Amino acid sequence: MISIAGKLKSGMMVAVLWVFSRPVFAVVFDLREGVTNMSQRIQALHHLSLGICVVIGAIVFGVMFYSMFAHRRSRHPKPADFHENTLVEVAWTTIPIVILVGMAIPATTTLIDIEDNSDADLTILITASQWKWHYQYVEADIGYYSNMTTPTAQINNLEPKGEHYLLEVDNPLVLPTRKKVRFLTTSNDVIHSWWVPDFAVKQDAVPGYINEAWTRVDVPGLYRGQCTELCGKDHAYMPIVVDVKPEAEFDEWIEEQRLARELASGQAVADRNKEWAFEELMQIGEQVFLSHCATCHEPTGLGQGVTYPALAGGEIPTGPLAVHIDRVMNGKAGTEMQAWAPQLSDRELAAVITYERNAWGNATADVIQPRTVYAAR
Amino acid sequence: MVTRAEDVTPQRYPLREFLSRWLLTTNHKEIGTLYLWLSFTLFFIAGAMAMVIRLELFQPGIQFAEPLFYNQMVTMHGLLMVFGVVMPGFVGLANWQIPLMIGAPDMALPRLNNFSFWILPFAFGLLISTLFMEGGAPNFGWTFYAPLSTTYGPPSTDFFILGVHMMGISSVLGAINIIVTIFNLRTPGMTLMKMPLFVWTWLITAFLLIMVMPVLAGVVTMMLTDRHFGTSFFSAAGGGDPVMFQHIFWFFGHPEVYILILPGFGIASQIIPTFSRKKLFGYHSMVYATIAIALLSFVVWGHHMFTTGMPVVGELFFMYATMLIAVPTGVKVFNWVATMWRGSITFETPMLFAIGFVILFTIGGFSGLMLALVPADFQYHDTFFVVAHFHYVLYPGAIFGTMAAVYYWIPKWTGHMYDERLGKIHFWTAIIAVNLTFFPMHFTGLAGMPRRIVDYSLQFADFNMVSSIGAGLLGMTQVLFLYIVIKTIRGGDPASTRVWEGADGLEWTVPSPAPHHTFETPPPFPPIMDKDEGTPLNE
Amino acid sequence: MTETRSNQRTHVVLLFSLAVGMFGFAFALVPLYQVFCEITGLNGKTSGRPADPTAIPEVRASDREVTVQFLASVSNGMPWEFRPSTHQLKVRLGEIYTTDYYARNRAAQAVTGQAVPSVAPGYAAKYLHKVECFCFRQQHLEAGEDRHMPLRFYVSDDLPEEVHTLSLSYTLFKVPTTQAANSVANLASIQQ
Repeated sequence: MISIAGKLKSGMMVAVLWVFSRPVFAVVFDLREGVTNMSQRIQALHHLSLGICVVIGAIVFGVMFYSMFAHRRSRHPKPADFHENTLVEVAWTTIPIVILVGMAIPATTTLIDIEDNSDADLTILITASQWKWHYQYVEADIGYYSNMTTPTAQINNLEPKGEHYLLEVDNPLVLPTRKKVRFLTTSNDVIHSWWVPDFAVKQDAVPGYINEAWTRVDVPGLYRGQCTELCGKDHAYMPIVVDVKPEAEFDEWIEEQRLARELASGQAVADRNKEWAFEELMQIGEQVFLSHCATCHEPTGLGQGVTYPALAGGEIPTGPLAVHIDRVMNGKAGTEMQAWAPQLSDRELAAVITYERNAWGNATADVIQPRTVYAAR
Repeated sequence: MVTRAEDVTPQRYPLREFLSRWLLTTNHKEIGTLYLWLSFTLFFIAGAMAMVIRLELFQPGIQFAEPLFYNQMVTMHGLLMVFGVVMPGFVGLANWQIPLMIGAPDMALPRLNNFSFWILPFAFGLLISTLFMEGGAPNFGWTFYAPLSTTYGPPSTDFFILGVHMMGISSVLGAINIIVTIFNLRTPGMTLMKMPLFVWTWLITAFLLIMVMPVLAGVVTMMLTDRHFGTSFFSAAGGGDPVMFQHIFWFFGHPEVYILILPGFGIASQIIPTFSRKKLFGYHSMVYATIAIALLSFVVWGHHMFTTGMPVVGELFFMYATMLIAVPTGVKVFNWVATMWRGSITFETPMLFAIGFVILFTIGGFSGLMLALVPADFQYHDTFFVVAHFHYVLYPGAIFGTMAAVYYWIPKWTGHMYDERLGKIHFWTAIIAVNLTFFPMHFTGLAGMPRRIVDYSLQFADFNMVSSIGAGLLGMTQVLFLYIVIKTIRGGDPASTRVWEGADGLEWTVPSPAPHHTFETPPPFPPIMDKDEGTPLNE
Repeated sequence: MTETRSNQRTHVVLLFSLAVGMFGFAFALVPLYQVFCEITGLNGKTSGRPADPTAIPEVRASDREVTVQFLASVSNGMPWEFRPSTHQLKVRLGEIYTTDYYARNRAAQAVTGQAVPSVAPGYAAKYLHKVECFCFRQQHLEAGEDRHMPLRFYVSDDLPEEVHTLSLSYTLFKVPTTQAANSVANLASIQQ
């Protein structure tokens, strides 16, 4: 006969074994130390306030538990009759004030240092939009978009998740070590927030306004963060990756970016001069569509209700070409449909518009060449 | 004399009797019951939404709740819990108890009382119906920041605004009623400084409501005109500022969270003395501390906005003011402990919930103090650390407070004792479940998990799984609570007049169940407690 | 009993007025917020008005120089290319400088835009005086049209010591056609 106690015991054994059999019972209890002077000071502040709270809690709850034990009715049948004690009340009003001042002092000095954005070595304008980041190096005049690269298949549980699930991007922000970097955050649409926990930098990106923050990282490496202000559908899918390189490597990287930009323009010229075949454009267009458009308009082109209109049989992809091109390139103000002209090349735009006009039974037979897109810029 | 609708014969139109009784009642006990049932119903609806959230967050990846729908669940869960569960629940308790505790025959404005209640089913019906509208329900968080809610909000946003207006009107009218009742209808001899603390905390809460609900009405009106009438309050394009939305919202929002807890403080201050068989320690300081908390609540709103680009002086001011609130709050906690100290304590269910309230609310208060420190807040803000904080102060705070009050007063309301064994099971499972659900959130927040995300990276998976399991258990305890409440209404050991040995106060001088009309003439004060019932409290 | 009743009535009237007053207060917070920001410049808003011409200082041989950075942002749905001609200038305090921003309308129809400035650090905004700025009025561009939009400014010499770099950002928003000022009048006023 298997008793209930026996069943419970074996159940618990199974649970314990399951817990410890998992490859990494990855639990972190503490706020991270991070890699900047500020993040370390913040961790210390966290330890201070947590420690004080734990001590106060232990004392207060200790007294309560003692009282629940020693003054329960069976042990303490006659209740005392005091209900005032001025000395004690003054004490437990003033002592907390002293403790609070003790916490406020390091908090104040750390805050003043955090808010000193002056004399930076370089400035980066960070522009948030739904649902990606744009980084602009002000002095070097280089700018690019940073999109999440985690495949939808992983999100939809069709593939195993990678190590950096939801924390990987195509173009990380690249920074030099040992330089004071000033961030200016703003947004194109709604409020977002740029946060890298290892730097302890979190700053809201408010449309129409710029906010300042700074950091200085001495240890090279890859640091990951996320958008930290609800910004719509894909708020969970706009991560931040920062690649901090030693100074010399950083300077090389800047040069590479300048070169790449020139090459891109050379490539763009070549693209414009070529006559592209329908199949080529459809193939490229499908790629572009799946990686940029399908999140809202769905891979099937059926959209999601009123907010994200269907493209299959939709008015715009089957209507006048000029309207379709304008909508894709310039977006629609007051909605989540963005302007893709700054983000995609002529080739990509031509391809995705061709794809939208011919997929899902939208057979308009329109073929759009990159030079047409270029002319519309 | 007791006169009940059922006692009058014959009932030839039972449905019409039922409807006219409940639709038209001006009786504070019946209106209190209506508020409590509305709160309980919305508790299950908002709780179901929490289940959807926690089910989706059980594992990384998207299982069944697409982001658009998930954001609606997060938003509606918050709105319904704040406006539909905690507030009406406390108002229901106020309606039942305030006239009984001050020796008044009813509220000062009984017909207004009825109106205040009946707005709410329509307001919440409207709000819930937005789930079925084109574009879905509001999906921008219960704090509905602009421009996500103005420019980018779904069509249902306008109905949400109307619903908020309706709820606001109900709250303001109810608050006016409560203040007028407390100021004018106390039995002779009950000066303000002799009122039960539950009445005091509700008096202060009512003032907070009158001051800040209209500000909420103002900000949603500005949203409406920004959306449809060409204004630019919150859009930089027209010279406005999205951050100004946050200032105005949180000017309402911070006092609002004190509205959500002060009556809970009052409840603890009633229950703990009763079961410690000892008068409340430091009555005067308790009153002054509550007033201090209420006043301070008006000048700390900026602590929700430390990452918006506030200048240093602003950050420092709000940090110091917020830290200061810890002082009167601490005084209250110490006073409750001192009330227990050297008392003669028994641990019936109301006392268990009250003690759970004190301990767990204090833990929530500690995380609040940590959040006040601006540099640290830069790492905590908009992460699950904040979610842990406010769920600790709201669940073991407001909800446990309400449950404690229900267990405490239901014998008076129904004439039946609840099942003590079941009540204890409810308490113990709830306390385990609440901690299992919300304690790990401190850690996920510290590890870097942002709020309001449908999907998360792998390092947060284990704690999320634990939270979700806890949430499932917590959901089941509510069903048990519902069963206990219904069972008690239908029958149970008869409750005496005084009900609890250590009880003291006017409400414990009327029969159990309390007659339809009580205190038609003002009772003597201090109350003459029934000495046969057991040891009176020491004077 | 009557005394209580009249007391009650007074209380109800007072409390109701308090509620109504707080509703009005919410709206009063709007100009209060603007005034507070203008006086302190705390959220980086420059005043929308041209600097007082009579207060333009003589050219000073001031030693103190600060760097002014120029940034441009385009709001979602605004189909213009928009960028500063220069990314930064080293300026002497008290001296007037001229620069410009370039804008081009990529769309196939005329579009009216409004540029909104923002300064970092916020408290430095009130020391940045704009003598002439394209942000003072709406800008109208026909399809494909482009323009260099001038900006003349000076940084006053009472700028706090600790500021060495100022960032001036403009965000360009689309003005709905119903609110766009008459385009001909616009063009005329810009061509001074």
